[in-house]
Amino acid sequence: MTVRLYLPRDAAARSMGADRVARTIEETARARKLDLQLVRTGSRGLLWLEPLLEVETPQGRVGYGPVSADNVASLLTDAVLKGGAHPLCIGLVEQHPYFASQQRLTFARVGVIDPLSLQQYQAHGGYQGLQQALKMSPADIVQAVTDSGLRGRGGAAFPTGIKWKTVLDQKATPKYITCNADEGDSGTFADRMLMEGDPLCLIEGMTIAALAVGATQGYVYVRIEYPDAIRTLREAIGIARTAGFLGPSIQGSGKAFELEVRCGAGAYICGEETSMLESLEGKRGEVRVRPPLPAIEGLFGKPTVVNNVISLASVPVILAKGAAHYRDFGLGRSRGTLPFQLAGNIRHGGLVERAFGMTLRELLYDYGGGSASGRPIRAVQVGGPLGAYFPESLFDTVVDYEAFAGVGGMLGHGGIVAFDDTVDLAQMARYALEFCAIESCGKCTPCRIGSTRGTEVIDRIMRNENRERNLGLLQDLCETMLQGSLCGLGGMTPIPVQSALQHFPEDFMRTRS
Amino acid sequence: MDANQLQVVQAELARGKTRPGPLLEVLLAIQERLGFVPPAAVPVIADGLNLSRAEVHGVITFYHYIRQQPAGRHVVQLCRAEACQAMGANNLAQHAKRRLGADFHATSPDGAVTLEAVYCLGNCARAPAMLVDGELHGCVTAQRFDAVIKELAERL
Repeated sequence: MTVRLYLPRDAAARSMGADRVARTIEETARARKLDLQLVRTGSRGLLWLEPLLEVETPQGRVGYGPVSADNVASLLTDAVLKGGAHPLCIGLVEQHPYFASQQRLTFARVGVIDPLSLQQYQAHGGYQGLQQALKMSPADIVQAVTDSGLRGRGGAAFPTGIKWKTVLDQKATPKYITCNADEGDSGTFADRMLMEGDPLCLIEGMTIAALAVGATQGYVYVRIEYPDAIRTLREAIGIARTAGFLGPSIQGSGKAFELEVRCGAGAYICGEETSMLESLEGKRGEVRVRPPLPAIEGLFGKPTVVNNVISLASVPVILAKGAAHYRDFGLGRSRGTLPFQLAGNIRHGGLVERAFGMTLRELLYDYGGGSASGRPIRAVQVGGPLGAYFPESLFDTVVDYEAFAGVGGMLGHGGIVAFDDTVDLAQMARYALEFCAIESCGKCTPCRIGSTRGTEVIDRIMRNENRERNLGLLQDLCETMLQGSLCGLGGMTPIPVQSALQHFPEDFMRTRS
Repeated sequence: MDANQLQVVQAELARGKTRPGPLLEVLLAIQERLGFVPPAAVPVIADGLNLSRAEVHGVITFYHYIRQQPAGRHVVQLCRAEACQAMGANNLAQHAKRRLGADFHATSPDGAVTLEAVYCLGNCARAPAMLVDGELHGCVTAQRFDAVIKELAERL
């Protein structure tokens, strides 16, 4: 009888040698005349265990990891192929504490199915949301998304349904659905994992969005740093088109929707929505002045939905299971689930999809297992390079949009980067400004000039040149950038700087040569 | 620009120009095939897409990924972002520069490896990360870096 094995093709797993493991499995199976089928999947998100090999048994899938090519010979034995003991065995993957306690709505299929198998996608609930949407009026689809409480998962947390309603209400045509997959924030990889692990889910979400607002063309703007995601997504679009899920008449409905992947070219600013639209038009990614909102005059001046990957990929389950099902997760004004990403100096780095409402401490210690180095976690940065640095005294903050805003931070795209006690927060603040200088689009002065001046001021503070005066100047400069920048890059770079000053002032008082 | 390069530029222009907003797509396609966008291609692209030379130059120079000179035989993109810094990326960068004898955005003296800084590769749970000729590596130590560079040299 054929034994089915599963091994991720996710880039994080490949970065740790998954392809070599796969080749060795095929070779060993041939040499030992084993009847094996190796299915390449996305990653479950237990990234410290990658490459994580899973063996299908009647009880469920048993995991072994992290596997290297050297382990393969000892793994392809009769006992292990029945899910038996091995030093790398972690037991049934879905009963592993890291996984069992998660609430997988958006990532339900990631790590489970072959991402390019339409048959497996549908067998696991795929395209049920679209089937519902095809029976509904555009206004009813928009209403369902509004009722679900879904807010933009890219970081700005704007209610998705309201954005869609604005586009639906526009008379101008054509309308566009654009997906912002320019996931440039350090510490975030949920978009990448979804595009690599369940690309059809994103395609389905975009198709539902198109039905909801009357759009006929979609673009996924993927950063060039994600070659695996680009490849997988392009293949998945071809599969969906061949099966009539994209094209001139979606499932015979007479409604057309075409979808195309466009690549970024290494500019962080293109994750800002108006800059992304400029880039999609083939231009320099300089931010636009708002208004007009992209929902009214967006891509090529037409009404455009701009949503993050996770926002769009959450839509199929909302339509399939109902708005109430999704809304029942979470608390306050933060409804549903968020895929948190644990990164940096953390022992058990990975993806944790849970309803809003946990504390940072639970994520860092119950899931993350503390630092990778074994030293105390001194600071965490939440929400990417424009997010605040939090000290341990704020680790009991509840993870939802409002609670984070209340302590001067932002949840952003749910990335959490941990630093141990060797971190130098003055250096990190300097880096935030340096990054802003490198990535500024140059359109507005506070960001273009302020970022460079800011690094110089921090250099003087670190050299103890007029430290007190320069600390005052730095605060002043932060205020100018905060109030006077055109977009979030210049406007939020002060957040990591000011939070470092507020919570870790001692790092700015130490003199370096 | 030699005849072969001109042919590539014209082929990509022919493919791209019927599509909306094609400039960045055309530039990426040219770079994919030639390894860079030759400066002499700028007027050809401008003419082909009915844009000014300034517009084409402006887009080429805006995007970090697009290069105007050929790279070395291999390209190493080392992540400098926060999650990788939390796991020692700054020390790794120092090591890489010493090992290759090249700073960021420069090529080793033997022309073998171009070192680029990038800001996040989405491998933040297996930091530090780097892309080598488009292939992602995780948990990169100085030893692992050297092993990868040695392997590149043997591949020549």
